[in-house]
Amino acid sequence: MEYFLELFLGGLTRGSIYALIALGYTMVYGIIELINFAHGEIYMIGAFTALIVASVLTLFGLNQIAILVLASITAVIYSAAYGFTVEKIAYKPLRHAQRLSPLISAIGMSIFLQNYVLLAQTSDFLPFPSLIPDFEFWEAYSHIIGSAELVILITTTIVMILLTFLIKFTKIGKAMRATAQDRNMAMLVGVNVNQVISMTFIIGSALAAVGGVLIASHIGMINFYIGFIAGIKAFTAAVLGGIGSIPGAVLGSLVLGLTESFATGYVSSDYEDVFAFALLVLILIFRPAGILGRSTTQKV
Amino acid sequence: MNNHLRGLFITAVMVLVMIFTLTGNGLTAEMIKLGVAGAHSGDLASYGIPSVKAAKLVVEDINAKGGILGKKVEILAEDDVCKPEVATNTATKLLSQGVNVVMGHICSGATKAALGIYKDSKIICMSPSATNPALTQSGDYPNFYRTIASDDAQARLEVDFAINVLKFKKIAVLHDKGDYGKGLAEYAKAFIEKNDKAEVVLYEGVTPGAVDYSAVVQKIKRSDADAVIFGGYHPEASKIVMQMRKKKMKTIFISDDGVKDDTFIKVAQKYAEGVYATGPKDTSKNPLAIAANEAHKKEFGAEPGAFFLNAYAATQALLNAIEKAGSTEYEAVSKALRTEYVETPLGKIRFDDRGDAIGVGFSIYQVQNGVYVELK
Repeated sequence: MEYFLELFLGGLTRGSIYALIALGYTMVYGIIELINFAHGEIYMIGAFTALIVASVLTLFGLNQIAILVLASITAVIYSAAYGFTVEKIAYKPLRHAQRLSPLISAIGMSIFLQNYVLLAQTSDFLPFPSLIPDFEFWEAYSHIIGSAELVILITTTIVMILLTFLIKFTKIGKAMRATAQDRNMAMLVGVNVNQVISMTFIIGSALAAVGGVLIASHIGMINFYIGFIAGIKAFTAAVLGGIGSIPGAVLGSLVLGLTESFATGYVSSDYEDVFAFALLVLILIFRPAGILGRSTTQKV
Repeated sequence: MNNHLRGLFITAVMVLVMIFTLTGNGLTAEMIKLGVAGAHSGDLASYGIPSVKAAKLVVEDINAKGGILGKKVEILAEDDVCKPEVATNTATKLLSQGVNVVMGHICSGATKAALGIYKDSKIICMSPSATNPALTQSGDYPNFYRTIASDDAQARLEVDFAINVLKFKKIAVLHDKGDYGKGLAEYAKAFIEKNDKAEVVLYEGVTPGAVDYSAVVQKIKRSDADAVIFGGYHPEASKIVMQMRKKKMKTIFISDDGVKDDTFIKVAQKYAEGVYATGPKDTSKNPLAIAANEAHKKEFGAEPGAFFLNAYAATQALLNAIEKAGSTEYEAVSKALRTEYVETPLGKIRFDDRGDAIGVGFSIYQVQNGVYVELK
């Protein structure tokens, strides 16, 4: 039973990280029907920013929690700026082009950002400080789920609640939903679509940065390539849950994380990816739009 | 008339040919012929060229001192481009030139193809770089020796260390699903299974680059293993070690030369402490190795390439054995290789019954206070 619990919580943690990245994919897709392949790179840049800030702040001798908070905030701002800029440079000029053009542009942006970090930083793995401290009160349960994993779960939950609130109850959230439903109509009723799209990129990037900081401080190392693998998995999760749907992305991520964890725990880690993708195929056979996706007729 | 002249001409040519071949034999009988075979051109030439240079340096050195058994040593270098189908021709050509011993070949596949030919002609062949375990372990090639450890040597050392030195009974074997890591893990698993003192409690491949390894780490914990033997590279190793330590697991971590890398310590930091890894024996302080590298720089104006020291040691071992045996005769040289120690840049070596060098290969290193320390 304890083993089951450990695997369950491990899978949940992994799923939460996927969810933070998957939300960016799904929000962007929901609004402009673009698969933003550079999104994984934003996650990686978030982790790198946090590492640089944390290293500098450690020199000033700040305490750990302060470093964690400041590094996260800087990472979020910096990544959001990257997300905003990427959209302006790579996608906005192609807004009225064929659907394939922005996709290629996204792949190009992903390769560019990876290599930019490779050249500007290093190709080696870098140690990432464990910014999340080991809580004393949690010591008794730390063999089941560590403090870092606990923080990841709690942070993700809070972020999800805030996001739901933002989308359901704020003006910008309403504008985003309107744009997602019909961009031209939203424009006609006075929604500043460009602003909404920019905002979507900023929010998605900020979420990815949070994920980057959390996972990097959990596993303790980063390099320029981490965004690619995490991005692919998160994208899979978004498709699994129904791309374009926000609760779908979260659900898909958790399902993917749990499947991987249980497949490793009860079968073999050799088949971790096999199970994850077999599940994806099965779900897409029975629900082509994903678990919570709405199957809409293609607008031509 | 024409026919008569032609007959005479042919006879003359034949006589001349016979005279030349006879004198040829007569002259070269005073030389010891060392065949050097391997990839000297093509895309794998960088593995073969250093062995030719090593042989040249050793031979120049020995000839300057008057040669062996009063004879000068001559090098016959032949290219096999690391291709098995070419290597058989290379071997045949060397035999037709009357080699006494062969230093080579470089690649395992080419070496194996050539070995049968040498074996039939009772020629000893010593490779500086062919690491395929079966070459020595199959027992098919009693004429084969090598100055490099075989592919399974690290796995053998890791298992031996875990079972006989650390006295562990339950061992988990993990790998990264790659050629290198999985190959090592398979050997390690086979060695543990052969040994009745310990058992493999877990055998798994992990996905390289995965976001985290918590599920695998839980599985290791549940298997109650005393130690983990990991085949793979340092990024995965440091993730696994760090997650184990954060879960308060004290399971010993043993790995290979893919992990015996300073980046591993730099990344895993305090969690790296106590980790064991196998790595090539440290030869950097061996005076003969320093001298050989210096000689290479002086002669060729560059740092030596791959397997240079192994080839240097192989040439020395072969020539030393001929000297000790007092002849180039197969049985006597084989006996000398197995019994007489020789000082080489790789240390003091001789060969076991299978043809693997004793004293060459890997050591166990442990991370102590943030550096890898060789355990004696």
